[in-house]
Amino acid sequence: MQSFLEIFDIYLLEAMVNGILLGGVLALLALGLNLIFGVIDVTWICYAELVMIGMYGMYYLVQYYGLPYYAAAPLTILLVAVLGALLHYLVIAPLLGAAPINQLLATGGVLFVLQSFATVAFGIDFRNLGIRLPVLQFAEMHFSYSRLLSFLAALVGMVVIYLFMTRTYTGTAIRAIAQDRQIMALMGVDTKRIYLVTSALGGALAGLAACLLVLQYDVHPFVGLSFGPITFLICVLGGLGNFVGGFVAAFLFAEIISLGGLFSDLEWGYVLAFAFFIVMMFIRPGGLLARRQ
Amino acid sequence: MKSPVASPVSFRQIVPWVVGVALIALPFVYRDPYHLHILVLILIWSFAYTSWSMMGRFGLVSLGHGGFMGVGAYVTALLWNHLGLSPWIGIPIALVCAGALALIVAYPCFRFRITGHYFALVTLALSGIVLQIITATRDYTGGSLGYTPDRTKGSHLVALQFDDKTTWYLIALGVWGVGLLIWRWVDRSMDRYALEAISEDEDAAAAAGVNVTFEKLKITVISALMTALAGALYCQYQMFISPDTVSGIAVSLQMVFAVVVGGIYVALGPTVGAIITIMLAEGLRIGFGTKAVGWDNLVYGVLLVVFIIFLPKGILGSLLERIKPSSKR
Repeated sequence: MQSFLEIFDIYLLEAMVNGILLGGVLALLALGLNLIFGVIDVTWICYAELVMIGMYGMYYLVQYYGLPYYAAAPLTILLVAVLGALLHYLVIAPLLGAAPINQLLATGGVLFVLQSFATVAFGIDFRNLGIRLPVLQFAEMHFSYSRLLSFLAALVGMVVIYLFMTRTYTGTAIRAIAQDRQIMALMGVDTKRIYLVTSALGGALAGLAACLLVLQYDVHPFVGLSFGPITFLICVLGGLGNFVGGFVAAFLFAEIISLGGLFSDLEWGYVLAFAFFIVMMFIRPGGLLARRQ
Repeated sequence: MKSPVASPVSFRQIVPWVVGVALIALPFVYRDPYHLHILVLILIWSFAYTSWSMMGRFGLVSLGHGGFMGVGAYVTALLWNHLGLSPWIGIPIALVCAGALALIVAYPCFRFRITGHYFALVTLALSGIVLQIITATRDYTGGSLGYTPDRTKGSHLVALQFDDKTTWYLIALGVWGVGLLIWRWVDRSMDRYALEAISEDEDAAAAAGVNVTFEKLKITVISALMTALAGALYCQYQMFISPDTVSGIAVSLQMVFAVVVGGIYVALGPTVGAIITIMLAEGLRIGFGTKAVGWDNLVYGVLLVVFIIFLPKGILGSLLERIKPSSKR
């Protein structure tokens, strides 16, 4: 019995650490979505599909054009950033005056488009980079190196965004718009330009997430569905547009999924996470860190 | 805004009857199984889309209807296979399950005034949960490989399994007709005015004496029950269900898409949406064969975006508006 408990605890610790590592990437995804929501007041339902396109971008750059991983990553980030700006310019901008739910549904249409575009253009085969990173072993626990790398890169990405938002003029303008949409236009800030920059920034974050996720997961046209819904739930749980809340919620969710997966199947981890989300919505409708009215 | 109260012209009163009789008579005159199959699919999905737009038209955009449909289909099939309960008992049980699910999720939502984006995303979680549970309990539900209700030999009334398309066509037609009647009943009730007031401004509606939570709950439960029935019917007709075809976010979005294309504020809008989407998918499938995989959704997606930007009232809604610009509609 004693030895059983010891083994069990090691697994528990391993699952918890893996949860934290998973949380890093989820937090990165949530940050991008929150940025878009906080500034433009639009939910990109197709956010995870942008990540999927980015993952395909990585795959083709590395496998077909033979670029090294570290050269392909900036290109992919740039590609998805351009996609994000295009999405805003073509779909969101004409709908800015319409009901918010129309914007949500339009991005739902984009989700269909991107998914089926990938099906048509790349086929439905599972593909991977073919890069196998070693597994770290530490005190009888196993961590995949790629997860650790993603976690660190996600943290760096978030710090860069934080610096951009606090230290540059554009970043300050973005934060100001998130606080008051109408006044900023009167203050001489070109809201259209800021929206476009924000969309590109959100896209760039999706691109970064794609570069990291492609190390852990195989790419296929429907890969977005496996982490897209979770990302929305994290954002809503943290309070849409609340960066810190999204960050906390990402790690909370990752732990639930990871620990749920330890005790049972991975699907039950997701079921638990979803159920937790619905319960939390009732206890704290405005988000984890919101004050109750 | 829109008030589709029929004007007392006799012509407009006769047309539904003529069309109804023609639709009932159709399978006795025309027996091509493939075309009947398409018609049955159109009718069942029209019913599902109509039930979505019951609440969608009042600004309650739910992305959880895939979940209700999945519950309807899987509960019916599981009861039949594991307990031998006839669908005649299984479908009501499935409806009760879906209704209870709707209450559990919707009551707190409405009580705590989770609206708009938030409501859509909470219900999105609901369809996610249902999909994951179906996949996770693969020992019973077959997981993502799908599930088949046990077959009886030939047609069987108790098992609600029929071999000929004509019977199914009539059943689907009847259910679809009932769906339109429910729409009409809601459209002519006081609830409609209450719900329209709520969708414009909840506080003002509450101040005017509308019980906001109760009205929203009522329409949500009606909509969920109808969606679950559509799921159960689909299961009994196709005799094969998989998590991807009856539940999940893709199905929820498909419902929204068809309704937006057809017209969200008119009774026959969802039906027009179903006709367009199913014909489009079938046309592409016949025209391009297996090469068409993915193309139908590509066209759907582009159409959805274009429609929301340029024709937010849908095809039928915009047509009706153009035909009689002077009338109350």
